[in-house]
Amino acid sequence: MTIANGPTPVRSSKFAAPLSRVLVYVLLIVIAVVTLTPLYVMIVTAFKSMEEIRTGTLLSLPHSFTFEHWWKAWSSACTGLRCEGLKVGFVNSLLITIPSVALAISAGAITGYALSFWRVRFANVLFAVLLIGGFFPYQVLIYPLVRITSTIGLFTSLAGVIAVHVVFALPVVTLLFRNYFATIPIDLFKAARVDGAGYWRFFFSILLPMSVPMIAVAGILQVTFIWNDYIVGLVFGGINYAPMTVQLNNIVHSTYGEREYNVEMAATLLTSILPLIVYFTSGRWFVRGVASGAVKG
Amino acid sequence: MFARSPSSSRLQAALTLFPVACVVLSVYVGGVLWAAGLSLTRSSMLPNYRFAGFTQYINLFTNARWQMSLANMALFAVIFIPVTLLIAYTMAAMINRGVRGENALRTIYLYPFAMSFIVTGLVWRWLLDPTFGVADVARKLGFESASFDWIVNADMAIFTIIIAAVWHSAGLVMVVLLAGLRGVDDDLWKAIRIEGIPAWKAHLFIIIPSIGASIATALVLMSLTVVRLFDVVVAMTGGGPGIATDVPAKFIIDHMFERQQVGLASAAATTLLLLVLVVAVPLLFLKNRRKGVAK
Repeated sequence: MTIANGPTPVRSSKFAAPLSRVLVYVLLIVIAVVTLTPLYVMIVTAFKSMEEIRTGTLLSLPHSFTFEHWWKAWSSACTGLRCEGLKVGFVNSLLITIPSVALAISAGAITGYALSFWRVRFANVLFAVLLIGGFFPYQVLIYPLVRITSTIGLFTSLAGVIAVHVVFALPVVTLLFRNYFATIPIDLFKAARVDGAGYWRFFFSILLPMSVPMIAVAGILQVTFIWNDYIVGLVFGGINYAPMTVQLNNIVHSTYGEREYNVEMAATLLTSILPLIVYFTSGRWFVRGVASGAVKG
Repeated sequence: MFARSPSSSRLQAALTLFPVACVVLSVYVGGVLWAAGLSLTRSSMLPNYRFAGFTQYINLFTNARWQMSLANMALFAVIFIPVTLLIAYTMAAMINRGVRGENALRTIYLYPFAMSFIVTGLVWRWLLDPTFGVADVARKLGFESASFDWIVNADMAIFTIIIAAVWHSAGLVMVVLLAGLRGVDDDLWKAIRIEGIPAWKAHLFIIIPSIGASIATALVLMSLTVVRLFDVVVAMTGGGPGIATDVPAKFIIDHMFERQQVGLASAAATTLLLLVLVVAVPLLFLKNRRKGVAK
């Protein structure tokens, strides 16, 4: 910054700099406050009584902390005809997310491996089609997938939801692993080959241990995406395997009579707790995943 | 990559790719062809293969609800993309100057992206509630006539969805752009300083063109958000009031399942796919070309 030491023109940064620094901080903090407001409002609303919601304002702090509405949202809020709360959806979301993420990462890693170190005919075509497929709107594939899953008897079953998630996750996970493997020196591969490591040996003993960071990045990204999914769960989950997001939307939109804003916000928070914990405890990995797998969104 | 790999291992690799190839062929290729094929038939609830020519497309484009959906998507795109880009770029440029607490700020900015669109929609529905939302805060602060009823106003409701979507995406786009800015050569910044180019000019004419790949990535991400716009609408307005906030993705799902007009829904889905390809392919091309130039 100290280019001009001699007599400087009027546009000296001596005075401008501190002022603009202050402005930058003010703006950044204002944006941070605005970004945090929805989370804050969700939390305070979930603790307030309906009386307080009516008399106080959106932003005021609750007078008393009660977990009553949280408990109602969790165990007895009604989604249509059933009044068992979000806990059913929570269990479903776990049952869906864990195997889907595990399968998607395994399939993506193995595919990425086969695409990176081996010359297979048409592999590039396959990869290109897969990547373009990652851009398809879900709406185009949903009807064919409904027909395919009903033909093999998996429609509205847990296995069906998982299979659809894996199919939709395949492009981005494969891309992540293929790009990661592309940074691994080919000499390592050659040396392992010379030492007699076979196809799977190289993958499991050498490549996989090196890929732990990538597995973490892809895992965090996919846990968030699949937990937050709505449309796959809505169409393929049926009544028995509706994930938490679907149940949440039903709870909020199927209330008869007076709407209970506090229960709604408690339910909304409960649904976002897992991705928020994942995000706040693994922020940097998350950012890495977003930056490298950003194509999917 | 490695030409002389023994053929048995290469066979293994081919075998590994076989299941993936099946999925790609049956779902990504077959599914799309199937959907496109169905759009040329009279299918209602179940597929039916009586050829109908472009009847479904004619029905589609004369359908008031579809016209509304497309118009909403276009309006959403022309506001959401530039506004998000502007806010995110401003944030990225400010952070790029080096500020204290950068990590904390970045963590705060990106957290909305970790929330689902359903949650986003429900929270913003509550925040913008005409009776208890931000309008109420303004009223109780003394602006007694303050009112903000966009969310139930057919002409304005789409803008409330844009607000929610900007909140959800700004942090993500900021991260992408910041990564681009971090890659800008220090010499370039020095040259700008020495030449005494005003900041806005430097950003607009020098920095932004040099981070083209990041901008293209951001544009791809935002375009996908536009096309996939569904959950947040369902949660926030349910497409209403009336059909005021309907979007193509919702039109397709409603006609496919509730209204059981598979042919019409397939025509809509095929149209949406063509739109995606028309927008995404040039952007991807641009992105890869830029990358090629940069390296």
